[in-house]
Amino acid sequence: MESANNIEKHSFFLNMGPQHPSTHGVLRLLLEMDGEYVLDAEPVLGYCHRIQEKMGESRTWNGFLPNTGRLDYLSALIYNHGYVGLIERMAGIEPPPRAEYIRVITSELNRISSHLLWLGAYLMDLGAFTPIMYTFDDREQILDILEHVTGARLTYSYFRVGGVACDVDEKFVESTRSFVTRLRNRFPIYEALVTTNVIFLKRVKEIASFSSDMAMRYGVTGPLLRATGVPYDIRRSEPYSVYPELDFEIPVGETGDCLDVYMVRVREMEQSLRIIEQALERLPEGPFRTKATRRMKLPRGDATFSVETARGELTYYLVSDGTDVPYRLKVRTPSFSNLSLLPEISREMLLSNLVMVLGTLDPVIPEIDR
Amino acid sequence: MTAVGYLSFLPPEMIRIAVTSLIVMAFVFFNSMLLGYLERKFAGWFQRRPGPMEVGPHGILQLIVDGVKLLGKQIVIPRESSPFLFRLAPLLAFMPVGIAFIVVPFSEALQVRDLDSGLIFIIAIMSFNIISILIAGWASNNKYSLFGAIRAVAQNVAYEIPMLLSLLSVVLIDNTLSMRGLVQAQGAIWNVIVQPVAFLIYFVAGMAETHRAPFDLPEAESELTAGFHTEFSGMAFSFFFLAEYTHMFFVASIAVVLFLGGWSGPPLPWIDYTGIVWFMLKVYFLLFVMIWVRWTFPRVRFDQLLNFCWMYMIPFSLVNLMVTAVMVKL
Repeated sequence: MESANNIEKHSFFLNMGPQHPSTHGVLRLLLEMDGEYVLDAEPVLGYCHRIQEKMGESRTWNGFLPNTGRLDYLSALIYNHGYVGLIERMAGIEPPPRAEYIRVITSELNRISSHLLWLGAYLMDLGAFTPIMYTFDDREQILDILEHVTGARLTYSYFRVGGVACDVDEKFVESTRSFVTRLRNRFPIYEALVTTNVIFLKRVKEIASFSSDMAMRYGVTGPLLRATGVPYDIRRSEPYSVYPELDFEIPVGETGDCLDVYMVRVREMEQSLRIIEQALERLPEGPFRTKATRRMKLPRGDATFSVETARGELTYYLVSDGTDVPYRLKVRTPSFSNLSLLPEISREMLLSNLVMVLGTLDPVIPEIDR
Repeated sequence: MTAVGYLSFLPPEMIRIAVTSLIVMAFVFFNSMLLGYLERKFAGWFQRRPGPMEVGPHGILQLIVDGVKLLGKQIVIPRESSPFLFRLAPLLAFMPVGIAFIVVPFSEALQVRDLDSGLIFIIAIMSFNIISILIAGWASNNKYSLFGAIRAVAQNVAYEIPMLLSLLSVVLIDNTLSMRGLVQAQGAIWNVIVQPVAFLIYFVAGMAETHRAPFDLPEAESELTAGFHTEFSGMAFSFFFLAEYTHMFFVASIAVVLFLGGWSGPPLPWIDYTGIVWFMLKVYFLLFVMIWVRWTFPRVRFDQLLNFCWMYMIPFSLVNLMVTAVMVKL
């Protein structure tokens, strides 16, 4: 750009957020602009800081479980999964296989619901208002299924140390099966409405592409990293629960542009459906929970546990001093690292593209601020 | 004596002007309310939901309630803005739209005045809108508003060229600028068959002129919150809203007059009203297409929008115009 030589003369600041239709919550971006071009984008965080990690130090092991769902309310079950996995690893508890299968099925449903919400919101950022109604229609089915099992629609807190809170019934299996068929039939609609749309393709192709090198430097994980061609998925690289027994692919892209990220997320939903199908097929009979003391003391020491959320790698790290509350609980959330990519990839980009790229990153602000 | 009889001391022309302006204003409000309702209803159906349902049967009174609400709202003038220009902008947007109705031929008999240069007149009045948008964006003292205003000006300047060029090729064929003459010159074969390229270019450019999605960049919600009318509330906002819907009506009615044979159509049982019924049906069909497009496509990017105009629409309309000119000469 020619005018980059005399930035002092032309540039001005534009404050975007914390109240803005497309900053996905209370994110604030401080943009240095030259006309409609963004010279520099600086995310300002902290508008939704709730001292979640500090709260972990004053609550019992079980008491912190509901907080995990509030970190990322869009994939609350996966956050529960990581936390109970961590406590089980430290306490040496082995959950029964039925519980593990229920966890995988509900987690994958949660992942699909998160991706569906992203799909709708992303297209809304692009100015298409209709797809969000279609995706919310599908998401509603998932929420109904999960409400039937867990009693909640958003922050489930359904998993317990040593299993799940309550068993699933025949109706859950039936409705999940019919949902899998339903969503499979809906993908052609999305393809016709979005993926083959000329305006959509022109807007997302070759925009904000980044290399896998850069992604790894910033600690980017999840669909964003996979869009650059790195098949890094915790479900495969550090398998937990019963994922090793299930057959699924890790969709990857090539260039990491917005279209690749979009395709990776859409294909991930298809793979999640495959996982759900297989897990329903194998769902064993038996107990859904082993006995675990409610107010247990964990042995001295530290441990980590990672899971793959809808946005990337979530790692819980905790240090125990042998009492019934954690000494330190650290949560490594994916959106924080993913968002740190924004200033790098949005340089000298039009404002409309910045909004779209922010949608591509799919940040959940309460999870960044914690 | 009738009500008009009591006023017989006034010159008849004055009474006629008063009554006509009353009807025109009533129509502006009615059209905007109808379009607003239809837009929300159609949007609902496209999105597999019922749309407004609460106020009145199937929500038909929704827009009346909204209108009353907007009337009752305070007009907040932002600090350090320009209060005079801020108040002027919505009026400038709304006032000219009534004037353009003078030349719209609803049917053979129903037209206020058939000006010789009716087409130029209506287009001139329509392009007045952009001044009010620029003033609104500037006076708001808000960067988002200013972005919206600047985008609107660039967009309108660019898209007026292909719009006029495509209309010109029709004028070359019909050899008149009067709105009534343009309808009468078409006869049995409508201009949309003779000039399909011009019709397409005009319709796309017309959508861009009225800032309808996918060309709604001046008010791009996800980028600029609400663009040039971010700071406007109450009646000031609804003046922009009324102006936008009335402009949509003009764009559609110019398309009907120039390309779709105006009021002509097979006779209907109500002989006296055949013309106006056909005219309205055609206009509202085109408006339906505009709503349909809006709720289907994502928004284009600003540079793509301008490139599309300068690289495709203007060359195509120029070629179309030249071919037409040669054909007319032959």
